[in-house]
Amino acid sequence: MSKSNGNRPARIGFYVCHCGHNISGTVDVAAVARYAQALPHVVVSREYKYMCSDPGQERIAQDIREHALNRIVVASCSPLLHEHTFRTAVEKGGLNPFFFQMVNIRENVSWVNESPEEATEKAMDLARAAVHRVAFHKALEPKRVPILPDVLVVGGGIAGIHAALTLANAGRKVVLVEREPTIGGHMAMFDKTFPTLDCAACILTPKMSQVKNHPNITLWTYSEVSKVEGYVGNYTITVRRKPRYISEKLCVGCMECIEACIYKEGKFPDEFNAGLSRRKPIYIPFPQATPQVVVIDPQTCIEFKTGKCKKSCLEKCDRDAIDFSQKEVVEEIRVGTVILATGYKTFDAGRLPHYGYGKYDNVYTSLEVERLVNASGPTGGELILRDGRRPKTVGIIHCVGSRDRNTNRWCSRTCCMYSLKLAHLLKEHTDAEVYNFYIDIRAAGKSYEEFYDKLLEENVHFIRGRVAEVTDWTARPSEEGKLVIRVEDTMIGVVRRIPVDMVVLAVGMEPQFDAQEVRRLFNISCSTEGFFLERHPKLAPVDTFTDGVFIAGACQGPKDIPDSVAQAGAAASQALVLIDSGSIELEPNTAYLVEEDCSGCKSCLTICPYHAISHDEARKKASINEALCKGCGTCTATCPSGAIRQNLFEDEEIYSEIRGLLTPMPAEAQGGESC
Amino acid sequence: MRYLYYPGCSAATTGKAYEKSLLAIFRALSLSMDELEDWNCCGATSYMAIDETKAFALAARNLALAEEQGRSSGSGHEIVAPCSACFLVLTKTNQYLRDYPEVRSRIVQALDAAGLTYHGTVTVRHPLDVIVNDIGLERIEKRVTRRLKGMKVACYYGCQMVRPFKTFDHAFYPTSMDRLVKALGADPVDWPLKTRCCGGTLTGTIPEAGLRLNRLLIKDAVKRKADMILTCCPLCQFNLECYQDQIAREYQEKIHCPILYFTQLIGMAFGLGDDELGMSLLFQPPTRFLGKQKGEAAHV
Amino acid sequence: MLNHGAGVSRPSREWQPRIVAFFCNWCTYTAADLAGVSRLKHASNIRIIRVMCSGRVDPQFVLEAFARGADGVLMGGCHPGDCHYMEGNYKALRRVRLLRRMLRDLGIEEDRFRLEWISASEGEKVRAVVNDMTARVRSLGPLKLPEKFRDWDREIGELEEKVGKMEEKEHVG
Repeated sequence: MSKSNGNRPARIGFYVCHCGHNISGTVDVAAVARYAQALPHVVVSREYKYMCSDPGQERIAQDIREHALNRIVVASCSPLLHEHTFRTAVEKGGLNPFFFQMVNIRENVSWVNESPEEATEKAMDLARAAVHRVAFHKALEPKRVPILPDVLVVGGGIAGIHAALTLANAGRKVVLVEREPTIGGHMAMFDKTFPTLDCAACILTPKMSQVKNHPNITLWTYSEVSKVEGYVGNYTITVRRKPRYISEKLCVGCMECIEACIYKEGKFPDEFNAGLSRRKPIYIPFPQATPQVVVIDPQTCIEFKTGKCKKSCLEKCDRDAIDFSQKEVVEEIRVGTVILATGYKTFDAGRLPHYGYGKYDNVYTSLEVERLVNASGPTGGELILRDGRRPKTVGIIHCVGSRDRNTNRWCSRTCCMYSLKLAHLLKEHTDAEVYNFYIDIRAAGKSYEEFYDKLLEENVHFIRGRVAEVTDWTARPSEEGKLVIRVEDTMIGVVRRIPVDMVVLAVGMEPQFDAQEVRRLFNISCSTEGFFLERHPKLAPVDTFTDGVFIAGACQGPKDIPDSVAQAGAAASQALVLIDSGSIELEPNTAYLVEEDCSGCKSCLTICPYHAISHDEARKKASINEALCKGCGTCTATCPSGAIRQNLFEDEEIYSEIRGLLTPMPAEAQGGESC
Repeated sequence: MRYLYYPGCSAATTGKAYEKSLLAIFRALSLSMDELEDWNCCGATSYMAIDETKAFALAARNLALAEEQGRSSGSGHEIVAPCSACFLVLTKTNQYLRDYPEVRSRIVQALDAAGLTYHGTVTVRHPLDVIVNDIGLERIEKRVTRRLKGMKVACYYGCQMVRPFKTFDHAFYPTSMDRLVKALGADPVDWPLKTRCCGGTLTGTIPEAGLRLNRLLIKDAVKRKADMILTCCPLCQFNLECYQDQIAREYQEKIHCPILYFTQLIGMAFGLGDDELGMSLLFQPPTRFLGKQKGEAAHV
Repeated sequence: MLNHGAGVSRPSREWQPRIVAFFCNWCTYTAADLAGVSRLKHASNIRIIRVMCSGRVDPQFVLEAFARGADGVLMGGCHPGDCHYMEGNYKALRRVRLLRRMLRDLGIEEDRFRLEWISASEGEKVRAVVNDMTARVRSLGPLKLPEKFRDWDREIGELEEKVGKMEEKEHVG
């Protein structure tokens, strides 16, 4: 305990925060302050309403000067929230910021423990541990690493597009990687957008071509990130570019090769039209696809399957763009920051068999209907059902795979509004009677409620109740040949049967099928539902727990277009903050070697996943490259002779914390109590 | 594989054909089923509706006996309850004892008074679950000697087996029986009413409501060209089979549909004799198929 | 408040198990924060020490905690495959295997030491694990290792004394 700043004895300032009532409602903060005051080396002990406020911070700085304090302990919230704040305050007082230790008595105590006595005792224990520990703290210099100015954006939906363009317009070089043969994502499939009803393609495609033509953007479609190495400011990313068997440089998108394909008609489900139409093995996803480059699907192409095709496509192409021998290309890029905008997938309606999707032809998902009403869709915008009829009555079922304990508990946030939009479009296209079956209408957005009002005026029917089933079981002659929606109308308390020609399932939004793999790749976390986890739900919504990796759009949670775009802009500007500052301060928690203690046993070499430790053959000692070290401390725990140490988590710091927790201090013993 | 067997009251009375055919196919599959000794009422309908605690106590006694018998005789910890009502009450009791401490403490007292204990180790199984998921449709298909080609079957699951406790199939759109029927060579008809109410005890208490529900089922199955309705519960079977004449009288329409237990259909496909399967106990026997069956069975 | 309050008295209650927890910064510590933000109330017997990675937990930390009077020690790390530092949690697991044997030899019951993988989103799991572990340790009663050490030291001392006397005798003889 005599260890201190230089050779002077420790003079500790202890501060306990009320956090309004958040802490003081459970923990007797005055008692904690009194208790800490009696601990050895504690010179000043105070309680304060909000330690993180300016006066709170100023108090610390002032005390350091007035009382010649050389160590500071603050008992308040989680260090993940305010450690940086208080370190800054300590620095302002003229001390090295690392002569500081934080005690978490909010998240770890007052918010999880109910009994004031137990909570107060726990807070005292934790305070004692920190007072023990802080005496051993050393002065440290934060490590600064430079930030490479280039950015990787993963995912070419509206969020990825917007983020890439924002950065490119700010003069940064961006690589945009998209898995599909074209960018555009889900938005490209939509017909109109709510509540303004502007055409999705009209507002999206100009942005898509901007991406293609922007001198600062490198667009890699049909490509996937396969490896991520490095750390904030300095990532090395490996991207696999799948062969599309067409040279992107040579193809001009004339599509004559598609015309020439030996398949005279499309035969395979067209992904872009949600399987409602058929495409050929050689195709372009949709007319405005970006890049305007054809792709050959080797799964269905005769040449790839048999090697015996007459390859009329090849003959037709006067630019020799078709290349059946094209191979996958692996590219490696170096970027400083990453924006993930990998989007979402729609709920698989087949998981609710009582809604008849996949069983009854005229049950559609909302995404299919987007294509069905679209002028460039499978029916040219004519609303013709799978059985060739035009619907006279349509039922839209809300919350399919949302707000449901049996599937997904969350609200997908977009379905109410897009259902209203589809109701409007269906009415416009067919003049059919349209029924919405809803639980609640959630129209919380600018001009959204007004849009709902408009729909009510358009005589769209709204029935409040979760639909029990969609069935072809008819109870009366008028239902013959129809699909019957059975629902409890909770407004009137009656079970109703509504016969319709067409059912639209408003499917919810789910995490991408490979969200878990992507999360591992970029070393970030997912929330319980499987969407990417933001660093703080309110204050850091586009940051992740991995510095330099940001998230935007529906990969973070269900979101509509305006929100995705706003978030993409935010993510881009967060990346710019890093880039423009030129470097980032890292926790100086790296490992270092006390050479005279090293026996050269090499136990540490295989332990480090970052290859930061090597063996110096000449000196027969380990050698640590601090630039590569990420500060996990695994080597420190491994070293049998204690020669490897970790800044901020030194053995004696942790031991003193353990001892502090468990050993009652002399003051307590004098008080006549022991725990 | 060894199982304990809980027949319940129906299997011993109105549902004799169910028990007969169930035991016959288990024999045919060399599966061992040891009847639970000294079993009592499962605690269904009337008890559960009037006094839950008594119902839980009755069910828990069976579970406690099963746990003990399973341990001492080596029959395992799985008990097969063919009646959907028994299946539901035993399953519910198991879950409530696990999840609700206040229920548990009362039932522990009740068991204690009878000198019994229950540790919650028994699993309640429906024979359909055992056949589809333990034995597996592949093995069933191999054992089939008469593929029931051309037979159209409406598979009826009723409510209690799938709801509210989703144990082995979808709560609203179960498919295990349909898959089983396919394995036997017959064609399951797509039938959205497969989990709707058979009328339950309403046929006895408010007959006009009960019969209406009952009639809807049979009419729609026939409309979908089903040769028979397959059931997995003695009450469903009884309701659907026994009121057909009454429905015909009251609604002045012709109505006829054989109602079989799924175990009887398996037996037919296995080439077992009609007597062994309790076919003679049916009021509406599937005569058309029985004839064929008999004729062909002679060659086995 | 300055220089206030000398005689500190603590509320005396029935025996409460003391559990020291080593939580990794990225998953389990974040999960504990989440439990807090979600107000998931749980037993107050746990005292968390934050480390960057479960791989930093030297088995000696665990032994030290027991030796200083902890009744239980809990280690929390990221799920396998999810370690922020790629594989620190595997290293932790490797050490824990050996540590368990050692604890067994020291007569420390299995339930007193626990390693759990708790991801940043599993606040609920923090609550469940802390409650369950507290209940188990409570039913085991106090470990009292420091007292045992004193006893052992005394025994060894007595033994040494005896041996010393015997040697003396031999010398004399």
